[in-house]
Amino acid sequence: MRSAGACDRCLARSWLLGRLAGHLEPVRQRIDPLLGLSDEALIAAVAGEQRAAVARELERFDVVRARERCAVAGVEPICRCHRAYPGGLAALGSPPAVLHVCGGLERFLALVAGQPVALVGARQASPYGLEIARSLARGLGAAGLTVLSGMALGIDSAAHAGALEVGGATVAVLPGGADRPYPASKRALCRRIRSTGAVVSELPPGVTPRRWMFPARNRIIAGLGAMTVVIEARAGSGALLTAAVAGRLHRTVGAVPGRITSPLASGPHDLIAEGGLLVRGAQDVLDGLFGAGARQAPGRSRPDLAPALRALLEAIGEGYDTASAMRRTGLEVDGGLAALATLELTGYLRREPGGRFSVVP
Amino acid sequence: MLARVATFAIDGVEPRQVWVEVDIRSGLPSFTIVGLGDAAIRESRDRIRSAILNSGFEFPATRITANLAPAFLRKVGPGFDAALAIGVLAASGQVPDQALSAYAVFGELSLGGELRDSPGALAVAEGARGAGLARLIVPRERAREAALVDEVAVVGVGSLRAAAEVVRGSDPPALPAAPNRPRPALHEPDLIDVRGHAAPLLALAIAAAGGHNLLLEGAPGTGKTMLARRLPSILPAMTRAEAIEVTRIHSVAGIHADGLIAARPFRAPHHTISAAGLVGGGFPPRPGEATLAHHGVLFLDELSEFQRSSLDALRQPLEDGGVTIVRGQRALVFPTRFMLVAATNPCPCGFAGVDDRCGCGEADLRRHRRRLSGPLLDRMDLLVDVRRPDERDLRSPPSTSSADLRAQVREARERQQRRLAGSSARCNGDMDVRLVRAQVRLDSAAEQALAQAYAVGALSARGRHRVLRVARTIADLRRHDVVAGDDVLTALSLRQRAGADATLAA
Repeated sequence: MRSAGACDRCLARSWLLGRLAGHLEPVRQRIDPLLGLSDEALIAAVAGEQRAAVARELERFDVVRARERCAVAGVEPICRCHRAYPGGLAALGSPPAVLHVCGGLERFLALVAGQPVALVGARQASPYGLEIARSLARGLGAAGLTVLSGMALGIDSAAHAGALEVGGATVAVLPGGADRPYPASKRALCRRIRSTGAVVSELPPGVTPRRWMFPARNRIIAGLGAMTVVIEARAGSGALLTAAVAGRLHRTVGAVPGRITSPLASGPHDLIAEGGLLVRGAQDVLDGLFGAGARQAPGRSRPDLAPALRALLEAIGEGYDTASAMRRTGLEVDGGLAALATLELTGYLRREPGGRFSVVP
Repeated sequence: MLARVATFAIDGVEPRQVWVEVDIRSGLPSFTIVGLGDAAIRESRDRIRSAILNSGFEFPATRITANLAPAFLRKVGPGFDAALAIGVLAASGQVPDQALSAYAVFGELSLGGELRDSPGALAVAEGARGAGLARLIVPRERAREAALVDEVAVVGVGSLRAAAEVVRGSDPPALPAAPNRPRPALHEPDLIDVRGHAAPLLALAIAAAGGHNLLLEGAPGTGKTMLARRLPSILPAMTRAEAIEVTRIHSVAGIHADGLIAARPFRAPHHTISAAGLVGGGFPPRPGEATLAHHGVLFLDELSEFQRSSLDALRQPLEDGGVTIVRGQRALVFPTRFMLVAATNPCPCGFAGVDDRCGCGEADLRRHRRRLSGPLLDRMDLLVDVRRPDERDLRSPPSTSSADLRAQVREARERQQRRLAGSSARCNGDMDVRLVRAQVRLDSAAEQALAQAYAVGALSARGRHRVLRVARTIADLRRHDVVAGDDVLTALSLRQRAGADATLAA
């Protein structure tokens, strides 16, 4: 283990957050200022009757055992006193004392040292949103950028999966301990992220996620990211919180537009209305980060389409149902189904539950 | 004096010969029945006494012992009444003992001496043929059904008196005429009622042509049930042997009373059904819906609402074409060769892919998928999305009719039978991996499409096998000897995406 990874004091702070996890729950509305308090002030503010007990425990905090626990969990800590601590986080008012990194500290530091892009959005996303998240992450991954997200259901996981699809780098920031995949159903995804990227958390290993940890986690995503892009978010979504933090840090905030009738598009549209970057694809993100045209998003290699197939693809892209799209392009059902299968296999279309096809950008 | 009468017990859906032996000795009046009978058989003593007396015969006031042999076979139900009563009459010299040896007797008695309608007469008639008995006495209501079996002279009688007359040598009554019911064919569901639904219609034709199990996925009210009900109308007609088998099963189950069943069965059990209700069971074992759908269609609507245990129980019937039920050291086999058609919503709320009403997230979809039984989905060759037809379709004329499709299906089946002659499979849906390898030839475009689908992860190894079977059927429908690229692509568009072959990426 790198001896200089984390200092005793920061490890104690991180332990304290885990110890006070229950006490922070009722005051989670004010979590941001609370996280900025010193240890003593924090205990005084939230521990209530257990104030003395917690303070005593903090005094007797066994740093050797804490390090052992990290080692057992396969987690490497790095604290804010360390010179390699990601600079982006230092700008936060309340930078996490320790980042617990699963998947290799060196690699994590290298991945976030570039221009990592945070892709965040709704859990209950639409097939369109998931498709965009996946393809945006594919584009960024192929361009060599790290995709940051929170591994939540919906947009977050789609973003990680997209980056992994092209062998790109991706980092997940978890609300609870870095050794605890959350949500548990994303265990497999977590393993894949860990094997090529990193899974990190502010809290020591073994801590179960609580509600206050989600906004706390979101600030880390915003802090690590050179840019934060929101793909689908209802009003009041956690993804908008991430975007707000990024805005306060003067990082670029991007948003992917949707249909104005969809509640999922209201968050991104608000961001765009407030001057956020309009993101239509990986190229827009690259332009926003490096200046227009400075870097080219690598195109996907897809075979050229016969005119009939292109017409069908366009009709579906315009929002026609498959049956209507086939009729508009003059395809009978036999040929139409074969055409749909061809478009699906060549990566132009994706079949969604319920038999709707969505265009892969 | 001793008399012996042949009858049959129904064991599952199979007949088992039972000898009714009646012995009359001097002694205090008593009537004992031995031979593992159930409560209905114990009570039959009182029915038989009254029936004999009310038919104008004498009931011997001595010691009567009746035995149902073989003694190890558990006998159930009132179908032995008539045989017991005739046995008593023969043992007491009221009907000639000699003439009885050519007869089998079956039916329940009423106190007044009438022979009551008793289910299972066709099975009994098959048993009589198997046992080499020339004549069979059954209740009048069941005569036409039993007469479906050749080589056995069936006598339908209304009463014990009439049965005794026949045995004494009077002319047997003529078979009752077919009931004069309106032809049901006019009301049978027909695909001519369907507007739009081009892809589901194609999937139905493929399913029927190749005997493939089919999953219909779509929002509520899009027409999944309507389409499934019309599947039997395009299946090839049953052979006479199949029809007799179906009639026997339905007769035993007591849901069919008259004549030969000509239409393939369509069974649509409610989703609250238990595993035993679905595959058979209970004591005495009764055929389940899977057996009642033998040679027909088993339709499971709202597949995700069925209990997992019920769905998992369908695995053996789907795999083996039969279900084995073991009761008290005896194993019964119920036949279950049916086509499985299931319908399900795409997501818990049912509106995924339809409009923005669907509020189901990833976790909901995952839960929904988990509710569908994996082993069952593995047996579904085809999945088709059923979407609401648009207004133009509803106004347009029907695109096809059951008669049209049925002709295509018949032709495709004939092609398969020529190809599969001598193998264990009757249709493409039956082909196992080895047969697929031997029988399905692909042209280069087809090879390429399949390889590409496999490469991008759209198929598992098992899914590939399923697609090959379906592609072979599509090629049969299109009269291709070698499977072409478009056949494979069409099969791929109808492949399953649930279970192992979910979607292309995470």
